[in-house]
Amino acid sequence: MERSFVAKNPSVLVFLAILSLFTLSVTVLSEGFGIGVISTSFVKTLGKTLCLCLIAVAMDLVWGFTGILSLGHFAFFGLGGYMIGLWLMYERTRLIVVESLSQTEIPPTPSEIADAIGNQIFGVVGSSEFPLIWAFSDSLFLQLALVVLIPGLLALVFGWLAFRSRVTGVYLSILTQAMTLALALYLFQNDSGLRGNNGLSGLQNLPGVTASQDVVSIWFLWASALALGLGYMLAAWVVSGKFGSVIRGIRDNEARVRFLGYSVEAYKLAVFALTACIAAIAGALYYPQAGIINPEEMAPIASIYLAVWVAIGGRGRLYGAVIGAAFVSLLSTWFTGGQAPDIPLGVYTIKWVDWWQVLLGVSFVLVTLFAPQGIGGLFDLLANRRPLDRHGANLGPDDGALREKEATE
Amino acid sequence: MLRLFLAGLAILCACLTANAQEVGLQPILQEHQETIAKSSRKTIKPAIDAIAASGLPQAQVMLETWGAKDMWMRKSDGLFFSAEQAEGQSYVLTDFDTGKVVGTIKKSDLKQLKPNSGVRAMIGTALVQFQLTDPDRKKRLAALQSIQRDPEGALLEPLRASIEDEADADLRARKQRLERLLTIGYDTDTAARVAAIEDMSDDLSVDVRAALNPLVVTSRKAAADLPLNVNVAVILEPGSDSLSRDEAYDLLVASDLAAPPVSPDNIRTALAGNIDGGRVGGVPVAQLNTTTARARAYATLAEAGIVPALVTEADIDTALGAHTFFETYAEASPEVTAAAEKALEQIELKVGLNQSLDLMLDAISLASIYFLAAIGLAITFGVMGVINMAHGEFIMMGAYTGYVVQQFIPDHTLSIIVAIPMAFAVTFAMGVAMERLVIRWLYSRPLETLLATFGISIALQQLAKNIFGTQARPLTAPGWLDGAWVLNDVVSISYIRIAIFVLALIFLGLFLYIMKRTRLGLEMRAVTQNPRMAGSIGINPGRVNMLTFGLGSGIAGIAGVAIGLFAKVTSDLGSDYIVQSFMTVVVGGVGNIWGALAGAGMIGFLQKGIEWMNPSNTLAAQTYMIVFIIIFIQFRPRGIVALKGRAAGD
Amino acid sequence: MSTLLEVSGVSVTFDGFRAINNLSFQIGNAELRAVIGPNGAGKTTFMDIVTGKTRPNEGRVIWGEKSVSLLRKSEAKIAQMGIGRKFQKPTVFEDQTVQENLLMALKNKRGWFGVLFYRPSPTDLDGVEQLAFEIGLKDELPRKSGELSHGQKQWLEIGMLLAQEPRLLLVDEPAAGMTPHEREHTTELLVQAAKTRAVVVVEHDMEFVRRLNCKVTVLHEGSVLAEGSLDHVTSNQDVIDVYLGR
Repeated sequence: MERSFVAKNPSVLVFLAILSLFTLSVTVLSEGFGIGVISTSFVKTLGKTLCLCLIAVAMDLVWGFTGILSLGHFAFFGLGGYMIGLWLMYERTRLIVVESLSQTEIPPTPSEIADAIGNQIFGVVGSSEFPLIWAFSDSLFLQLALVVLIPGLLALVFGWLAFRSRVTGVYLSILTQAMTLALALYLFQNDSGLRGNNGLSGLQNLPGVTASQDVVSIWFLWASALALGLGYMLAAWVVSGKFGSVIRGIRDNEARVRFLGYSVEAYKLAVFALTACIAAIAGALYYPQAGIINPEEMAPIASIYLAVWVAIGGRGRLYGAVIGAAFVSLLSTWFTGGQAPDIPLGVYTIKWVDWWQVLLGVSFVLVTLFAPQGIGGLFDLLANRRPLDRHGANLGPDDGALREKEATE
Repeated sequence: MLRLFLAGLAILCACLTANAQEVGLQPILQEHQETIAKSSRKTIKPAIDAIAASGLPQAQVMLETWGAKDMWMRKSDGLFFSAEQAEGQSYVLTDFDTGKVVGTIKKSDLKQLKPNSGVRAMIGTALVQFQLTDPDRKKRLAALQSIQRDPEGALLEPLRASIEDEADADLRARKQRLERLLTIGYDTDTAARVAAIEDMSDDLSVDVRAALNPLVVTSRKAAADLPLNVNVAVILEPGSDSLSRDEAYDLLVASDLAAPPVSPDNIRTALAGNIDGGRVGGVPVAQLNTTTARARAYATLAEAGIVPALVTEADIDTALGAHTFFETYAEASPEVTAAAEKALEQIELKVGLNQSLDLMLDAISLASIYFLAAIGLAITFGVMGVINMAHGEFIMMGAYTGYVVQQFIPDHTLSIIVAIPMAFAVTFAMGVAMERLVIRWLYSRPLETLLATFGISIALQQLAKNIFGTQARPLTAPGWLDGAWVLNDVVSISYIRIAIFVLALIFLGLFLYIMKRTRLGLEMRAVTQNPRMAGSIGINPGRVNMLTFGLGSGIAGIAGVAIGLFAKVTSDLGSDYIVQSFMTVVVGGVGNIWGALAGAGMIGFLQKGIEWMNPSNTLAAQTYMIVFIIIFIQFRPRGIVALKGRAAGD
Repeated sequence: MSTLLEVSGVSVTFDGFRAINNLSFQIGNAELRAVIGPNGAGKTTFMDIVTGKTRPNEGRVIWGEKSVSLLRKSEAKIAQMGIGRKFQKPTVFEDQTVQENLLMALKNKRGWFGVLFYRPSPTDLDGVEQLAFEIGLKDELPRKSGELSHGQKQWLEIGMLLAQEPRLLLVDEPAAGMTPHEREHTTELLVQAAKTRAVVVVEHDMEFVRRLNCKVTVLHEGSVLAEGSLDHVTSNQDVIDVYLGR
């Protein structure tokens, strides 16, 4: 069965090959394992980009294939980051505290250690008590499980509420956006137990690991590449079979699928929760490379950017999502990092740090209007696949349905 | 009383001296010459009292002069004069008693008296009794205000005495009121105080509560037996909710009735100080990482008498059992405290009622802000079904337009009057351009519209940042909108908020008028219900859509001016309102202005309600509100005011 | 003849407008029935009620031998119980191939977890091919259904309905926009289908109804005006007044 799956989806093989090649070359060029052409911070940027590609795959699954424009997947991404951050921060603080307390004459009691850790972590929000949410922070295994469980559960509850009442289209988008806003606002509070707007920090230091950041960054690059590869394969497998047919049917014409006897709500919920978990895993890999996570990251605008990446890459095709995320986020890093050369116009000098957002916004409008296939459409040109002439009709009546220009023969 | 006394004193003085003319202020001043010359807060009291008690009319002038640092002492004889600078370094001296110029003298022969602020305050108090009867109304008012600021028992009598002769009705009422308040705090007669408390128990003002609250202040005490001569508020049981065991024991320690407990830190320090060959009290140091092991080691040390003994639970129980815990009032009279408690309770009830009224006003004003922000959306999203993520940026553009107009027209009132149509024009044009260039290609593709308008939104935001910078720009309200409409000390609402409420009402009326009474409204409704049909009867759907979208955007611009008046104008002003605005429209029910109104009302009241329950945390209020809305939509997916029937169908 | 579907005393109100008014309707196993009526007679709403899209304000909808009420069931559940519906406009999944469309409709487990691991068995593929042959789309199997002609889409949709193996087929204006030749083919398909199951056809075109040669129910203002053979109802004075006369 697997062989026929790969045979049917040659793009998966191509993608995996490119991904491995990329990972290998970065490793060879890195400071930690290779000749040191690429700086460690850029390796981290690349590793983070891979995580963004992974969440873009999830977004494509939920939007491009199922037609749900979720503006909440970055919330799951952030939650995943928080969950792994809990362990990283707790464990590292614990090691430091135990180390410093062992210098004292009297060996510390467990409660003294706990108090000292609490003071270290929650001093910034004027507290030293461990909130309930940190209950499992001492166990890597449990926190890893929570990385998937908490966002998955949230997605299940929210999705169940939303899909059950048949909220669709833009309403659903606004609702997911509201969910994200609520979560971000909640985390901004100091008494949410996650250090308010300070967020969790120092996540780049793996507890008990003495290797330098040069090496650790490459580990994370590998892990991110592996996760992306697996996630991509999973997504390709999910959309290849009858399940894929059903969710694409839901995207284009939900009512028809319902009259075929499929419980649309259950399918949407399954996709929503699955993609939430993928997003959370991406987040759990992203934030240790970023080093810090705070509620700002989960603001609704981040999730909209995610949709923008997928749209620019070309929705409804997984490689499009990956290309879009990589392209836009790397370009954004380049422009906002001040590396792009300024353009002097005599009276006014265009500084890209200031104008990049304008460029992004405008080009995004242009893509939506004139090239809904996004960058992925270029591959169709190469493969000589022509778009269908459907005299202006879309592929289905639903809001999320593919547009005429997005469809190919 | 005091008047009689003063009169007696005056007679006495008159008897003592042969020449009445010679009985003036100067002798009294001379009597206290030393203390006045080196005035300090601690020593000056007798001097001021004597001056005030003299009852001489010139005493007021003298005290005022002194307080204003215009009193000088002649070095040659130590007499005090009011001095005024003449030409050069010389001063003209005026005698207080006669009011006549005594002569001009060089500065070097004089000493200026510079009372410090503490002394000046005492001078002010002494002056009050003169000022209360001053013929100048302003001075009397100032005196009243000074008493209010700084009430004092000594002022009670002069105040009472001045009421009778007060001609001004307003001042008289104020004096009477102040007299009641002072009576509560300072009268010696308990019955009079209780009566005064009862008089004031239906007054909501802050000063009444400020007068009553000190009476009911309690302090916790512990003693072996309940003392007899104190005003006990309540007897506390250790281990109850109001007094935990730890608190009770701490109280005993603080009153030196029990030995302080040995804290874990103390144990630790004690143990660390007594390490003997790797062991403490016979326990190896390495094992001291549990509380029990530490207790064992400490107990050994305590037995040896090296450290104070551990206070055990049993010790605590015994100590607690042997003492009584109670709260006493600082005020000695039980009648007064009881009356004050009762009065406060009544006042609290009224305050509570008024607070809910205030909360309602707050909620209404918040609702009108949301309504203003959402009304443009109610048109573009609600009527046309176009989701415009750049709506918030239109609000921002409106606010910036107001700011720019104010740069050119400095008069605030005029500038706002100009800014409103300007903001409308700017955002109308922007809306029309956006509709023509982007949105009309994406009708029936709401999700793409969402993303494309989001692209416009981030571009506009960044543009605003590039043009106006990141710091907040002020949009100043006209002077007549400053201040607030104050109902009483609890209920008040600022004029700006009233203005916004009125503006919201105007918009509601305007919207209804346009939709129901104008050709454009009719065509608008026709186009949104059935564009093809509308087209076939001669309506140009493109034009109507363009105008509708422009109208919605223009209203957003005006809302921007209004919002800019009370919020700082920044480039992300709009994004603060966008989610709430969409929520307002969705919760209220799409396609219906009453829905937007209901939605704004619900969200405004809800947010204020939640804030009231948890006042410290507006973030939490917003969080819970959104969660509530998500759940609310489960039960009414089409909003509060839902369109029914097939028209609303999927 | 046992009753498969029984609708009795059903009424639906939209915003004060009575779309269906005390409607009663019965159909047995293996019966072909045509429903005709002027615009707004409630034909589509009637189908909406049976398929669970619209909940009636009052009345009963009873299904099958076990007399299950359909009123509280979801659309998906009702479809799984054996009621298939074809819409007025051909609605196939245009982004997917004919084969994918048919596979999706094929009677199999509908749960998401089962579907996730579903891979078509040889029997399924044979079944699809057989169906495609019946609806005349055997050569179009790998093509995207969006490229098919209007009539082909209609057949594909009928094919998808048949693939569901429903016990009751609700067909909304199947002949609209078809060439005479395509109509004939459609008639054949429906008559053939009605041999093994109940088929309800909603249709405007009298000629088409005549060719179906079956019992006819006339709806008017949300209730049944007349029922019987086509000749019988067309001679009914009421029917002539409200429908044929205009």
